[in-house]
Amino acid sequence: MSEEQKPVEIMESPVYMQYSFAAGRATSRFLKSIKQGKLVGQRSSVTGKVIVPPRGSDAETGTPTFEEVELPDTATVITFTVVNIPIPNSKVQPPFIVANLVLDNSDQTFIHLVSGCKNEDVQIGTRVKAVWRDQSEWEYSFNNIEYFQPIEGEAPVDIDALKAKRLKEVEAYKHA
Amino acid sequence: MANSPAAAQHDDDVLRDSFELGFTYTRSTGPIIGAFLTGLRDGKIVGIKGSNGKVICPPTEYDPHTAEELTELVDLPSTGTVTTWSWISQPHPKHVLTKPFAWALIKIDGADTAMLHKVDAGSEANMKTGMKVKVRWAADRRGFMTDIECFEPA
Repeated sequence: MSEEQKPVEIMESPVYMQYSFAAGRATSRFLKSIKQGKLVGQRSSVTGKVIVPPRGSDAETGTPTFEEVELPDTATVITFTVVNIPIPNSKVQPPFIVANLVLDNSDQTFIHLVSGCKNEDVQIGTRVKAVWRDQSEWEYSFNNIEYFQPIEGEAPVDIDALKAKRLKEVEAYKHA
Repeated sequence: MANSPAAAQHDDDVLRDSFELGFTYTRSTGPIIGAFLTGLRDGKIVGIKGSNGKVICPPTEYDPHTAEELTELVDLPSTGTVTTWSWISQPHPKHVLTKPFAWALIKIDGADTAMLHKVDAGSEANMKTGMKVKVRWAADRRGFMTDIECFEPA
């Protein structure tokens, strides 16, 4: 019996959804900046908090955000997970770390890879710095940063203390 | 959409890109749907006898009224009757047929239920509820619904 004549037991039924995605003005500016190797967030004039990547409004108050703030490429690990299963079509090999990071001088976390170290060395509060891809590869993408790498010699920070410090700093910008 | 409000408000400052989100499912067919698809691959339509003796095509694994497990597969001819239809004057790329056609519910001869498929009738004027149709088999069959390329007037 040839392969062809066996009873059918399996069928492929993929579903593909095609989207045309418009980034919006605020996120477009963020992407244009990151293409130049710069991280730009937006400050809420109501709460004083810095949002990155910016969406053009402050989710906390629902108000539009206008002030752009250039940010450093250093950050703190707020939380993280070790991923043990491969992601289809990704070159990243497990086990790898996906972390929730907050850039210095900003108030909103985002998700990125933490690498360039032993996974065991990452903990909540670990200080990290962006490792950028070669400039020739920069696109309109957060992936211009290949991953964040722990900063040698910097001790982990206490998240609650970091949060308290930021809240004190943003007070100055409230209702500016 | 060239005439949509979104395009009218086109803003050069806004970056746009196309994305594709894919769910690459592979499903196991089970014995009954598997038998139906095997039949299609071999150029044959298969139904199943329900608890009340009526023939269901495409076959279901369980009786739609009593939920009883069904096992009695029935070979059926590749001809049938259109019970209802809708003319598609502008086929979508995913419709495979590039010319206008009808979506139709087709009751295969010997079956008591109808199945959804395409009818290539040339023009809407040739479509009629109650018309007899026959299967146009695909040249390359692999155990899939598209093994029936479409139906055509018999």
